[in-house]
Amino acid sequence: MVFQVRIHGRGGQGVVTAAELLSVAAFAEGRHAQAFPSFGSERTGAPVVAFCRISATEIRVREPVMNPNAVIVQDTTLLHHVDVFSGLVDGGYVLVNSAHSLESLGIGDLTGGMTASRIVTVPATDLALEHLGRPVPNIVLLGGLAALTGIVSLPSVVDAVRQKFHGSVADGNIAAATAAFELVQSQVEERVDAQAG
Amino acid sequence: MGAVPVKFYQVGSFAVGNRLLDPDLASVQSDPERANSLTSGHRACQGCGEALGARYALDAIMRATKGQMIAVNATGCLEVFSTPYPETSWRLPWLHSLFGNAPAVATGVAAAMHAKGRDDIRVVGQGGDGGTVDIGFACLSGMFERNDDVLYICYDNQAYMNTGVQRSGATPPAARTATTQTVGPEPGNVFGQGKDVPRIAMAHEIPYVATATVADLRDLEAKATRAMEFRGARYLHVLVPCPLGWGSASCDTIKVARLATQSGLFPVFEAVNGEVTSSTKIRHQVPVEEYLKLQSRYAHLFRPTRRDDVIKKLQAMADRNIERYGLLEPELAPAVPAAMSNEPVEVA
Amino acid sequence: MLKQVEGSMAVAEAVAACRPEVICAYPISPQTHIVEGLSRMVKAGTLTSCEFVNVESEFAAMSVAIGASAAGARAYTATASQGLLYMVEAVYNASGLGLPIVMTVANRAIGAPINIWNDHSDAMSQRDSGWIQLYAETNQEATDLHVQAFLIAEELSLPVMVCMDGFILTHAYEQVDVPEQAQVDAFLPPFVPRQVLDPDEPVSIGSMVGPEAFTEVRYLAHARQMQALELIPQVSADFKRAFGRDSGGLVRPYRIQDAETVVIALGSILGTIKDVVDEMRDQGVSIGVLGITSFRPFPLDALREALAGAKRVVVLEKAFAVGIGGIVSSNVRTALAGQPTANYTVVAGLGGRPIGKDSLHTLFEQAGRDELEPLTFLDLDHELVERELARERANRRSGPSAENMLRDVGAVGPRLH
Repeated sequence: MVFQVRIHGRGGQGVVTAAELLSVAAFAEGRHAQAFPSFGSERTGAPVVAFCRISATEIRVREPVMNPNAVIVQDTTLLHHVDVFSGLVDGGYVLVNSAHSLESLGIGDLTGGMTASRIVTVPATDLALEHLGRPVPNIVLLGGLAALTGIVSLPSVVDAVRQKFHGSVADGNIAAATAAFELVQSQVEERVDAQAG
Repeated sequence: MGAVPVKFYQVGSFAVGNRLLDPDLASVQSDPERANSLTSGHRACQGCGEALGARYALDAIMRATKGQMIAVNATGCLEVFSTPYPETSWRLPWLHSLFGNAPAVATGVAAAMHAKGRDDIRVVGQGGDGGTVDIGFACLSGMFERNDDVLYICYDNQAYMNTGVQRSGATPPAARTATTQTVGPEPGNVFGQGKDVPRIAMAHEIPYVATATVADLRDLEAKATRAMEFRGARYLHVLVPCPLGWGSASCDTIKVARLATQSGLFPVFEAVNGEVTSSTKIRHQVPVEEYLKLQSRYAHLFRPTRRDDVIKKLQAMADRNIERYGLLEPELAPAVPAAMSNEPVEVA
Repeated sequence: MLKQVEGSMAVAEAVAACRPEVICAYPISPQTHIVEGLSRMVKAGTLTSCEFVNVESEFAAMSVAIGASAAGARAYTATASQGLLYMVEAVYNASGLGLPIVMTVANRAIGAPINIWNDHSDAMSQRDSGWIQLYAETNQEATDLHVQAFLIAEELSLPVMVCMDGFILTHAYEQVDVPEQAQVDAFLPPFVPRQVLDPDEPVSIGSMVGPEAFTEVRYLAHARQMQALELIPQVSADFKRAFGRDSGGLVRPYRIQDAETVVIALGSILGTIKDVVDEMRDQGVSIGVLGITSFRPFPLDALREALAGAKRVVVLEKAFAVGIGGIVSSNVRTALAGQPTANYTVVAGLGGRPIGKDSLHTLFEQAGRDELEPLTFLDLDHELVERELARERANRRSGPSAENMLRDVGAVGPRLH
């Protein structure tokens, strides 16, 4: 079983780095992982997509991720321009970078029929500003993805970040990702409880 | 600084009689132990200025480097006449790759030597004006910009002689070539902006730039030798008349080259780190006409009708050089012993 | 060391482990990450006795490599697409001189229209240049092929191109067992040149050769490539003994035993095809895939042997010869001369168009029913082409075709792929 993640963002938001770090985290857990960008000479601000496949066995396929198990939306301004949910599998996950609720984002039509516990928002840019001092949401969202999907553990994400970054950049990102992990985890628990109740 | 002129009072000229000369002042070519880098038997035309210039320059460099040198050659006359397979006139390690890449290939050789810790082996790139001024220009500029440890020598005969005398970026205005023929109201090459590669080399502020001609072979030897005292990119631009392309007599190669300098059309100078440090003064100034009329590539300036307007423009170019390089300024009194200055050495 | 790494960086580390002495670099996507990685190693002093030369063009890059190699240095460069075309004169010169340079080609389309994405048009344009061409299926293989390439090149005194799909491999992060320095040192002996510029024993290299010997000198280049047909599998076997991995060789069969349909392809698309083959085999379809690793020299005998039982071959290629069709497939046809095997050419993945499993399923099913045309352009929008042809018929000054067709397609920004 291959778990496929698609990350949408804009050039400069670290979309490709997020896919890379996710693959490094999965690799650290002993799995095969394949991360790659939607190849292009994209400039800062342009819509960008990156992909990550995670599997217990060798990954041979090279096509772009058409049917993601999880979608990360790093920038809500993309929601009404790019079909970010295209091909999302039944029971897939969606993580949106926003300080607003799903309802206020007005994407109900786009995500109709999804289980509430599988689609969450997290204020990743705010958390990045708070802990890192820069509005870069990519790594923060990986903390959220770990909580939402359990596809990788938070410690693996932290280790991946430490391999790539050092000093205050690593510390800030890890603090923000940890905060995102906790926020998403509590949201998911609440909703699971609500659905159960 | 070029060669020390040697004046022989027995004959009242600057002709070099090596037999009588202090061995330190003798030319490399007078040494029976010289390298003979470009040995005899090659296929150059009679009176070839390039063969002469290459032989003097390379033998001088071989002496300066104690034989530890590698030469890289651009495609062109020098390459073709020296290596018709399976014969070769080269008695040094020699590589020919392409027309337009000799400076880059030389860079590669120098990089290899540096990587191997063999900086004692020096690298010379060489080519004609086409391979230097035109098709190899980007590689030349790149080599200069990086300050690679290469001496590049351009043997400038002012056109693509190897392919049958076509115009190059170094072809002077009004000159006849196969692609600037003497037809129409303005026969010969156009008056463009020129492409003065020695000055372009100086603009890169490389350690050493010099010009020379085959009219003063000891000066050429001295400059080739001096170039090897520097590390980094160096450029030597040598004017080498081509009897075939210029339409001059084979026996007049030296004379034509001398008239190029004495008219001011070809300034002979040295520059260090982008600044001119010395120029060779004109001893007997001549009007450009004396230079032009020995060459059939300018014959259309004299007949059927004399083109004073064109000759005047060419004279203006010479005058500009004379002014720019101070070619007529009186020499300053030497502050150093005569043997070390540019002043003539008197040999009794 | 097994690590999760970008393909370009794995290749850079493998090249560094081969102890190159001169690396020349000129930036062009998608090979830049490789030389950036190498430049960092040289600058940091982890790659020693190596000159990194930032040149002013690809033509200079190959020229510097020529000079370095002729001077006895192990020389490396990387390029792609327009860069490969810009250095073509020197590419031919390097092989003509018999200089064992290794070059990565991060395969990318050739313009116009300008396109930075992957296909094989660049390397295929140099198939007759006299270089050995090896195509990598994965980043592991791309990494391993570089180590093998130096050995093959130096043994034969021939340059080797290692072709890896631009972006798809160069920019993909996946696990690669990057060869250790000690392993490479044990596998790859120091470069002993067959010819070298040496002041102690001066030789002339690059003389003019006339009709009296030119044919023989050129034939020697062919003879060397025929030697490579023997050497490449040997090196692959030696590599497996030393590193424990299957990499390189001439061809790479997968489930072709008794396969009625054999798909032939080069490079990273083989992975996707293998997945499709497995899925079709599960449904009882008799299909397999044959990867060509060595495109030059072209392994005629190995192909003939591998395809002996096949009813049909489908050659899937990421480039084509305008005006005739398949490039790889015409070579395959040479291998199959005299055989009754049906031969289909499929041109796919041009300029980065994704080759999806769905399209491949449909394609291979059609092939199995022998319903394919001899030449198919996978996922071609025929109507888009027809509309442009109609515009050209209607209006003499119909304008630039590429721009017309882009306008016709509509905004591409919001699209996913």
